Amino acid sequence: MSDPRDPAPKNPGTKKPGLAMWLPLGLFAAFFVLVIWGLVRPANREVESAFIGKPLPAFDLPPASDDRPGLNTTVFSGKPRLLNVFASWCVPCAVESPQLAALAQQGVEIDGVAIRDRKDDVARFLAQNGNPFARIGKDDLSKVQLAIGSSGVPETFVIDGKGVIRYQHIGDIRPEDVPLILRKLAEAGS
Amino acid sequence: MRYLMLALALLLATPVVAQDMLPPAPYAYKQLPDPAQEAKAQALMETLRCLKCQSQAISDSDAPMAGDMRHQVRTRIAAGEDPEAIRQWLIERYGDYVSYAPQVKPITWPLFAAPLLFLALAALLLRKRFRRSTNSGDRA
Amino acid sequence: MIAEIGLAVLWMAAALAALQLIAGIIALRPKGAQLGTLVRPVAVMQGVLVALAFAALVTLFLTTDLSVKLVADNSHSAKPFIFKLAGTWGNHEGSMLMWVTIMAVAGGIVALVEKRLREDTLIATLAGQAFVSLGFYAFLLLASNPFERLPEPAPEGAGLNPLLQDVGLAFHPPTLYVGYVGLSIAFSFAVGALVTRDVGPAFARAMRPWVLGAWIFLTLGITAGSYWAYYTLGWGGWWFWDPVENASLMPWLAATALLHSCSVLASRNALRAWTVMLGVVAFSMSMVGTFLVRSGILTSVHAFAVDPERGSFILALLAIYIGGALTLFGLRASTVTEGARFSFVSREAALVFNNVMLCGILGIVLLGTLYPLLTEAMGVKVSVGPPYFNPVSAIFAIPMMLVMAVGPLLRWRQDKAGRITWPVAIPALISAAVLLGIVLLAPRVSLLSALGLAIAPGLALASMMPLRGRKLRRTPLATWGMVVAHVGIAVALFGMASESAFSTEKLAAMNPGDSQQVGPWRVTLQGIAPVAGQNWTALDATVAASYDGGEPTMLHPQARTFANPPGNRTESALKTRWNGQLYTVLGEEGEDGRWQMRFWWKPFVPMIWYGGALIALGGLLALLGRVSSEVRRLVATGKIAYRRERQGR
Repeated sequence: MSDPRDPAPKNPGTKKPGLAMWLPLGLFAAFFVLVIWGLVRPANREVESAFIGKPLPAFDLPPASDDRPGLNTTVFSGKPRLLNVFASWCVPCAVESPQLAALAQQGVEIDGVAIRDRKDDVARFLAQNGNPFARIGKDDLSKVQLAIGSSGVPETFVIDGKGVIRYQHIGDIRPEDVPLILRKLAEAGS
Repeated sequence: MRYLMLALALLLATPVVAQDMLPPAPYAYKQLPDPAQEAKAQALMETLRCLKCQSQAISDSDAPMAGDMRHQVRTRIAAGEDPEAIRQWLIERYGDYVSYAPQVKPITWPLFAAPLLFLALAALLLRKRFRRSTNSGDRA
Repeated sequence: MIAEIGLAVLWMAAALAALQLIAGIIALRPKGAQLGTLVRPVAVMQGVLVALAFAALVTLFLTTDLSVKLVADNSHSAKPFIFKLAGTWGNHEGSMLMWVTIMAVAGGIVALVEKRLREDTLIATLAGQAFVSLGFYAFLLLASNPFERLPEPAPEGAGLNPLLQDVGLAFHPPTLYVGYVGLSIAFSFAVGALVTRDVGPAFARAMRPWVLGAWIFLTLGITAGSYWAYYTLGWGGWWFWDPVENASLMPWLAATALLHSCSVLASRNALRAWTVMLGVVAFSMSMVGTFLVRSGILTSVHAFAVDPERGSFILALLAIYIGGALTLFGLRASTVTEGARFSFVSREAALVFNNVMLCGILGIVLLGTLYPLLTEAMGVKVSVGPPYFNPVSAIFAIPMMLVMAVGPLLRWRQDKAGRITWPVAIPALISAAVLLGIVLLAPRVSLLSALGLAIAPGLALASMMPLRGRKLRRTPLATWGMVVAHVGIAVALFGMASESAFSTEKLAAMNPGDSQQVGPWRVTLQGIAPVAGQNWTALDATVAASYDGGEPTMLHPQARTFANPPGNRTESALKTRWNGQLYTVLGEEGEDGRWQMRFWWKPFVPMIWYGGALIALGGLLALLGRVSSEVRRLVATGKIAYRRERQGR
């Protein structure tokens, strides 16, 4: 304060604690570390279901297709099954159909839930992409989807023999995902 | 920059492909007949996050899934369910992410402690200043 | 040719910025004082050159020079003039050039007109400004050259997204930008003052007009952006506490605090370290905001075309500038005393209180915005939205507004509460009466809305009290500015509270001919017809709306379809009355052929944006007041040749 106009009374008794002056820098450093982490983290915009490990809520859906029965909760007993949430209007759902077919061929039982779909469209979709499903329920109001914490199509859930959700796969199943799904099914069966 | 981006996001939010053909759920765009119930539902919907959108409440979104969620909320409220119970039901399924109202939990306590901390810090700062200053005020 | 000249001039400007920095640093050493005389002219020259470079880019866009890559990528020869102009800054490279242009031109103006600041502090300030600019020059010249030529001229430009061809959108981003960059000047002043340990009234007076200017632009940018989102999103919301919105609010909060602490420092030589700190924080928030928007690190409705790489670059600059400035602050701040003392009842005390509350809100907004990222790092996803931000920011905002009503009536240094009993009691009684009325007549109104509705009229009246007993024509412009801005806060507050308390919503499936009641409005869907626009087609609804049985007004909400790129957008139609706004939206056609219509009656909602405009107007009046008194002072000291003419008025 060499400014001669400075009228501030000097008060040596009330010296500022030096440490507080470093607080802003500390906060900034914390911010910096956080956003660096945010930049390098793998992009993960998916919302995972919080319902894994919990039993499927009870539901009873009418059939979405003429040659398959509808879907209700009583099916999920005995052997682990896959529950595939799909829709005829969803492109990745068509993309994953060979993988579902491969799984079905290996003896995996797959049940489908068609989200916001028409019977005609489902029939056309199944004719084009094959039908790996044992049962297909029609979920026009996304009720089952909401009840199990699924936030999009396609999603595939592993349900064990007691009807408990054991694993959720978000997005289309790629060929390299098949072994993982088989392993999760085996774990659910043991 | 942001509203420029918003415009584009709007474009993206309604892609022409991969849209279902079903009409919206009955209560997606219909209000409950009882205004008190509708107000309750509206208040809740404004605080639930649309899962298909980037960052919007279900009350502000045209995404079909948001419509289905509004339908759920309205029918449940109409059935007499408590709004907070519906929120908990959704949190059980989607985690805290689905609620714009952060729940008081160990992971969120700093959020709620922060205002108190700021107030305490402010009080400390101000008290120190004024205690000192009353002396100089006396002198003046 | 113009592109080459532009690039050459830009390189020269960058070289001058480097010279400005080096000369500044040497001049601050004991033996280098003679180099100090170099700094001012170099700063002026740098400003002139970079302005030329910007003018070159504008020319390229206006003439649609398709051999330039940036023009070919972002413009089209058939675009209207205004969008060709806006195209200059409607892209990454152009906006970066605009950023350094504003910085360098502002630096040049500081170098030309600032005479009161100690010379060494000014040199340090200009060196700081050059240092900040250099980062952006480096980015422009090394990584995103706006003047790059194509090997072959493009046959036609790629055009600008049709949605961006909206006058509001063309000018909203640069408005916020000017605000952000304006705060960089405050930052440089703060750094300069820290370097020379010269934190005093002269520093505050030099910094104040720049803070005011930036603050006006930020206020306008946020207000306009909020209105734009309101009418475009089609659901009647005007503020969502979205990360990108928060990113623009945070610099405003910091700048508002800075503005007020500046006036304490300028008038009373108090709050020195605090003001310097805010100068650094305000610009930090601009950079943090830019970073959050550009990096796409947080999920936002508004986030699009984000580029993590450019985000990283901004983060690197952020680390250097802000980390550096805060280190300097840590080293120097303990040598800056807080300055003059004041008593508990004084204008300073009120301003300090409000500063602390503003910083509280800032802290809450920052924490709430970053919190989801923080929990994600711990493996949990959470959302923080209006149910958190509204009440928690109110904890700070409500006491702040109460003190804001009283503060301007208090005297500097020391006052007696008894002196202002009457001017405070009347507004307080009004507020109390309104609150009582709401509790009795409209018990359903939420606590926050009720408090807002009650505080607003009292605050508006109290804000006008500083004018009582004054000759209005002789009241300084700065005082007028304060009064207008504070009334603007009250007006906006009333609009917000009224919107949330009294909005009526009506969703209805309608056939042509059907009517609905929305609050006091009777709305009738008269028909739906296809219409074609320049680059869209739309379904256009004709809605007849009559207020309380009066003459009907025709409204035309539309559902627009764009072909290239494909997409849909609802275009709401609004009818504004003095007491509110009717908001109409055309939705989809149902299976039964009825149309999904959405209506809102929002009493007094436009006051939110009128309030915002008043706040900015208040800022403008204050700025004019400061600048004209500065000019008068220069005149009085005989530094301007035409003193006679000026004195004549």
